[in-house]
Amino acid sequence: MINGGDTAFILFSSALVMFMTPGLALFYGGMVRSKNVLATIMQSFIIIGLVTVIWVLWGYSLAFGPDVGGIVGSLSWFGLRGVGLSPSPDYATTIPHQAFMIFQCMFAVITPALITGAFAERMKFSSLMVFIVLWSTLVYAPLAHWVWGSGGWLGKLGALDFAGGTVVHISSGVSALAAVLIIAKRKGYGREQFIPHNLPMTITGTAILWFGWFGFNAGSALASDGLAAGAFVTTHVAAATASLTWLFAEWILHDKPTTLGAASGAVAGLVAITPAAGFVSPISALIIGGLAGIICYMGVLAKSKLGYDDSLDVVGIHGVGGTWGALATGLFASTAVNPGGADGLFYGNPGQLWIQFLSVVATIVFAFVMTFIILKLLDAIMGLKVSDEEEVRGLDITQHSEAGYSL
Amino acid sequence: MKKIEAIIKPFKLDEVKEGLMEIDVKGMTVTEVKGFGRQKGHTEIYRGAEYRVDFVPKIKIEVIVPAELVSQAVKIIEERAKTGQIGDGKIFVSSLEEAIRIRTGESGKEAI
Repeated sequence: MINGGDTAFILFSSALVMFMTPGLALFYGGMVRSKNVLATIMQSFIIIGLVTVIWVLWGYSLAFGPDVGGIVGSLSWFGLRGVGLSPSPDYATTIPHQAFMIFQCMFAVITPALITGAFAERMKFSSLMVFIVLWSTLVYAPLAHWVWGSGGWLGKLGALDFAGGTVVHISSGVSALAAVLIIAKRKGYGREQFIPHNLPMTITGTAILWFGWFGFNAGSALASDGLAAGAFVTTHVAAATASLTWLFAEWILHDKPTTLGAASGAVAGLVAITPAAGFVSPISALIIGGLAGIICYMGVLAKSKLGYDDSLDVVGIHGVGGTWGALATGLFASTAVNPGGADGLFYGNPGQLWIQFLSVVATIVFAFVMTFIILKLLDAIMGLKVSDEEEVRGLDITQHSEAGYSL
Repeated sequence: MKKIEAIIKPFKLDEVKEGLMEIDVKGMTVTEVKGFGRQKGHTEIYRGAEYRVDFVPKIKIEVIVPAELVSQAVKIIEERAKTGQIGDGKIFVSSLEEAIRIRTGESGKEAI
């Protein structure tokens, strides 16, 4: 039975989540050097086109189609066959099936776009396109099925992931780690300065991400109800708290509060609350977000110690923040907030933390190994990194024959 | 005729300009420049990573004055641009062979 309010809310939420990917493009675009601004924006922007086509043709079917052994959906919904305008019996039963499909499409779009920050300023555009096709098909679709697909094994196990802490953030963060281990560092890494060229652009992108995240998390209630309102509130509280804690952490450690720190903190808080949004109270969200700001800041600092070139800190923010959020869900989840969820450790159910831990480990292992194999193969076949000369001239001119700024 | 070039702190530009206008300097050229002297750059922090930035933003002003105005102009720039802190800048004076005013074709002192 279609509910008008629910349908309106999910369609609007889908538009909000769509807007996050161009927001991410600006968030990343401001952090690179000016010669790479268009290429960086493009790596997110074109994914809207590419993944949408994949999703409609086979991605949605693999993720949400009839279950095959708990691992993946079958291809029987290829080309959205049977995905119509009446509700599905399994997913979001009060809205048209296509509304659910397009909402999920936006998640499938932003997840690989997140990874692009890791190899910003050096990835070949042609190789990127092929990587996205393979990653969406072989990594994202199965993972989404495990957690959210009807019959998926992690969902059946009782793992809680409200809006994609494992599927979106851990998977993109861990894939980013695999990517930076394979793709060579940027030329001059450790000697030259890679200073952000336009932080106002990054702050604008952060604002768009924060705005869109309300659709991401509240929309994941899949109905216009109290749960959506709760998720909306926890989302905002976590982002706000994390922007403060990151800011204060760097103020103490580096003597200056920076705008990039405030923006990064907000994103870290949004990442961490994503799996927990519909399962925890606002005060729990405050703690989850507050710690996310500090933990992710430490994660980013660790990068230079470990010596890998994760250009825009995808591992430190999405990998670390997503892992913290998934585990925190096992600590703070409460059936008083959401009777459809479970109690976490702090509400007398230590078993939930174990289940969350299993889902984190499964996601990390799967995403890392698959991404590693995909990129190794692509590296051998077509190469992943641009030539030294192209890198020095910048990706805007060499990959796209355009310049972001002419003066 | 002399050319005075001065590298100064950007926020001191207005004071220097006003001072030079008081002594009837006819015009000046201003450029935003970057460089380093003994101050040797500054530090910027992005996500906790400290970057040493070697080139600091400065303002370069160029004024052409008749020989009799040089010492006065230099004194004004020196006084007005001074903060007493490191990085106040430098003043260079050099001789100028010729100046031509494009619109009228005047040359020498008249052209300034």
